[in-house]
This record gives sequence, C-alpha cells and structure tokens, in this order.
Amino acid sequence: MKRLKIHIGFILIIIVSSCSNESVETYTTTPSPLQIPKLFEDNILNPVIPNNNPQTVEGIALGKKLFFDPILSADNTQACVDCHAPENAFSDADRFSDGIDGIDGDRNSMPLFNLAWNYDEKFFWDGRVFSLEHQAFQPVTNPIEMHSTWQQVEQKLQAHSEYPNLFNLAFGTSKIDSTMVTKAIAQFERTLISSNSKFDKHLMGEATLTPEEQNGLNVFLDEARGDCFHCHGNPNNPLWTDNIFHNNGLDTTITDLGLGEVTGDPADNGKFKSPSLRNLAFTAPYMHDGRFATLDEVINHYSEGLQNSPTIDPLMKKVAQGGVQLSAQDKADLKAFLMTLSDYEFINNPAFNNQ
Amino acid sequence: MNKIVSILFACLLITSCSEDKDDKITQSNTTFNFTHNWDGTAITSSDFENTEYTNANGEVITITRLRYIISDITFTAESGETITIDGHKLVDVTNDDLEHNPEMKIPTGVYSNVSFTYGLKHEDNIDGAYPDLNSASFNVPLAALGGGYHYMQFDGKYTSDTATDAPFNYHNIRAVNPGMNPTFPDQDTFITVDLGTMTINNNITIEVKSNIAEWFKNPNTWDLNTLNQVLMPNPDAQLLMNQNGQNVFNLGTVTQ
Repeated sequence: MKRLKIHIGFILIIIVSSCSNESVETYTTTPSPLQIPKLFEDNILNPVIPNNNPQTVEGIALGKKLFFDPILSADNTQACVDCHAPENAFSDADRFSDGIDGIDGDRNSMPLFNLAWNYDEKFFWDGRVFSLEHQAFQPVTNPIEMHSTWQQVEQKLQAHSEYPNLFNLAFGTSKIDSTMVTKAIAQFERTLISSNSKFDKHLMGEATLTPEEQNGLNVFLDEARGDCFHCHGNPNNPLWTDNIFHNNGLDTTITDLGLGEVTGDPADNGKFKSPSLRNLAFTAPYMHDGRFATLDEVINHYSEGLQNSPTIDPLMKKVAQGGVQLSAQDKADLKAFLMTLSDYEFINNPAFNNQ
Repeated sequence: MNKIVSILFACLLITSCSEDKDDKITQSNTTFNFTHNWDGTAITSSDFENTEYTNANGEVITITRLRYIISDITFTAESGETITIDGHKLVDVTNDDLEHNPEMKIPTGVYSNVSFTYGLKHEDNIDGAYPDLNSASFNVPLAALGGGYHYMQFDGKYTSDTATDAPFNYHNIRAVNPGMNPTFPDQDTFITVDLGTMTINNNITIEVKSNIAEWFKNPNTWDLNTLNQVLMPNPDAQLLMNQNGQNVFNLGTVTQ
C-alpha cells in the first residue's frame, strides 16, 4: 500500500510540476499604457505594442533620457533629438541632417509621432526596418550619423553614474545591452502622440473651419481636384497617411531607389512611404529628400509638376498634363486646410521636451 | 499489483486528454479563400506591375493595387432559414490578405445556397463605422459622395493606341450623384454573389474565384481610353461596373 502511495504521489508531482509556470523576474515596473486619443479610439485600430516591450513609467523615462543624450554617438556630440527636434515635430529643419563627422545624409529626417499606429511596422522612408525597436538600432551605428558601435555605447552606458540603475528600474537588470536601449527609446517614441490640431478640435466640435479651410478640405477629398485622400486618408482616419509606399512622380529618372533598394524589385523603384500630413507647419522641407522648401512647392508639384516614370503610382492624376491643374484659389485653400492639421500642443508638450 | 494500479492510473490520465477523432461535429468552422485569375490564368500579387493582360477592348493593362470588400456571408437552408455571418472582410490582393475566417460557426447540413455581398449593403455602408476600413483609408468622402466605403479599389496602368502606361483607377462605390447634397440613384452597386448549393459536414474551406477580366468585358466592353480616372463621382460608370461585376465571382474548390 505504501508503494502504491509513492507511485501516485510521484505521478501527481509530475503533473503539478509540468503545469507550473516558469520562474519570473521579480522586479516591478509601473505600467503606463498609451493614452489613446478619443478620435483614434473611435475611428481606427488599436496601436501596435509588442508583447515583449510593454509601456512602463520607468521604460519611457529611460527612453526619453536616452533620446536626448548624445552618449549614443561615438564622440558624445549627437543625440536622437539633434535630427528629430520637438519644435519640428521631431523632424529636422535642414534638408539633410549631418552626422558626427559632418557628413550629410541623403534623406530628410522623418518626423516622429503616432508611430504606434504604423500597423505594418515598416519604418524609414524606404521601409527597410520592421518594428520601432529595430528602427532605433540603425542611427547609432550608421557611419554618417552617430557612427558608433553598440559595444562602445553599452560600455559607456554601463560606466555611467545613472544608467545602470535606470536600466535596472526599467528592465530588472543593470547589465545594459543594446536591445534594452532600443526598447526604452521605442517606448518613449510611442508616447509621441499628436491629436490636438485645429482639425481634430473641429471633429470634436470644439473649433470651426473657415470657409477657405473648408473648401481646402473639399479639394483634398475631391477625386477630380486634389484627390489627396487615397494616400493621405480622410477625416475618419486621424493618421493622415496610409503608411504605404508610392512613387509620387518626383523624377523621370529614378536615382534613389527607395523601397526598390530594399525589396530588390524594380517595380518598387522610387517608392517612398507617404508621410503624415499632420504638423506640416513644423516639418519643412518636404518629400523624402527635402527638395521642396515650402508647402506651396509641394502643392504645385501635384498640380502641374508630376514627372512620369515606369513606377509612378496610378493614383497620380493627369500625369500627362503634369497634374490636376488646381486653380490658385484651390491651392491656397488646400494649403489653409492642411495647416489645420498642425498640432501646436504637440510640439510644446513638456513631456516631449528635455526638461 | 501496485504497479498495475499506477500504470492504469497513468493511462487514464493520458487517455482522458486525447481528442476523440471520430466525434461527428455539428458546428463547422468556415474558411473563405479568395483567388484571382484573368480568364483562367492565375493572378497573385507577384504579377502586379509585372504581368500584362489584354482586356476586351484591346488595351494592355498591368495591375498595381487590388482590394475589395465582401460582407454578409449567408447560408440558406433548404427550409429557407438563413444564417448570416455579419461583418465584412477587406480582401487585399496587393498584400496577400486573401483568407477570411469568420468566428461564427455554421451548423452542418445541406444548404440550398451560400452567398455573400460584394461591397456593402446600404444599411451597412455607414460612414466611418469600421475601424479596420478607416485604418486602411478605404473611405468614400462624405460631403460630396455621400460617405461610406469603397467596394473596390483597383489601380493600374493601360496601354492603348492613344496612351502608353496611362493610369487607371477602377474604383467602385455606391453610385452617387455628386455634389454638396449628394443623392443616390435607385440602382444598387453592391452585388449579391450566389455560390450555389453546398453540403457541410465538417470544417470547410470554400474557394471564391474572381475573374478580373470580367470587370472589363461583360456586358459592357470597358474603354479605358474614356473611363480611366475620376470614376467615383461618375454614377454612370458605377452602374456599368455593377453590370460587369455580376459574373466576376464564382465558386472554386470546396474542401472539408
């Protein structure tokens, strides 16, 4: 009988132990879920938050500190914020940003906001990186940007008087590695939410468009005039981008292959991600290469400056005539409407500044 | 003896966890698999911007983008009773999003018809109502065109005697007389697609075939030289699309 009890006990131990959870880390973080704006909550799908990198108070604070800290660059002279300035909606007013060695890049710095709603998670103008965490890996080691190595960055952070403790608070270990650095930066970047433009307030019943702005919206939504909405969305999509890649007729001869360089498919040559039209008041110059200094130049491009090429998107209208031929009034009104998408509260939010 | 008891106990535990494979199911999972062809030649996203097709009017086209909505899949029993799977699916050929797996299970049995709606019925075509379609920017402008959603966005380029690689945007919506107070013609432009009789006795995968060439040929020979862009505010073009769409979809392989 005793042996029977031993057998049963042994089986039960196996069953119980096989069902138990693995031991878990014991450090405690403070959850800090994204504050999803009502217009986003009501209209579009939920943001993308990786299961292995939840938003926490400690992680966001660490990410913010890293974002503003030149320690990530090889010679401690350049931080993320140098090319992604809050007053420019986290873009760069310069056409091309220069790295620590004074070498210019060849693309305009992309603005950073509402990144958690990039559902396909393809980042950069050419979509070469999947996920926000992986995006953050690149500038640190890019030879014409921060020109560092992750080993060097990890060593500097490890030797720092504050960072080991901050990483311990955020991730439960003071042994710093690059993965945690990019996770923290991504957490901070996901908090960069822009949702308080005049047009947002108009949709919430808190602001009224002028007749010019209203006509500009009509031009935007008119397939025979602006036809902007097929790539840049509409009042039901507060992102104001499709986050998809298009050749928007900038050049007859494609020199920067964009998405084509990434996929290797010639059909993708000259395609770049549609940027959001939010915050255009702060994000000049425009296009992937910053070729247009003003919004007027951008509108003129679509109106009469389109250049045909084998991969031009068929959504570009009247290419043979150079574009949709907007009247001067429609151009002015379209610009007025576009400016209502700029969010002054966003660029002045102290949570997003180095304070 | 004790060993025998232990072994029996262990066997009991193991067998109690196993699946009884010969159970007969009464509720089926359904999967709808959308495939595309040009008069029988398969089309996938890899053909986009590469493969050329000649339409009924003799224009050579390439496809850049193709996505469309199907909704309200309905199973009609022999008794006439219907089971409708509410909701919609945005079939996105460009991104290989071609499979629809409704959560709702369907009772096994004989159905005199399985059908779905291409597009959205008017009562479902509610402006801004669907976050997935808003996120995909599939909306129709509200003020001038009455709002709601595209039924289909089909973009590409055509070459004819008078144009070379010219763009077309074959965008199908609810036909509308545009303006600041848009009105709608009486004719519907969504399509009810009947797939026919089906006996469901297990989990089932239903292929829905879509012949893209049909959009250009039957009964209206589509002339891309005249109907290429800005078709959304063109109610006549929308009605022609609706006529040509009647034979686009048909039943493919059914497996269960």
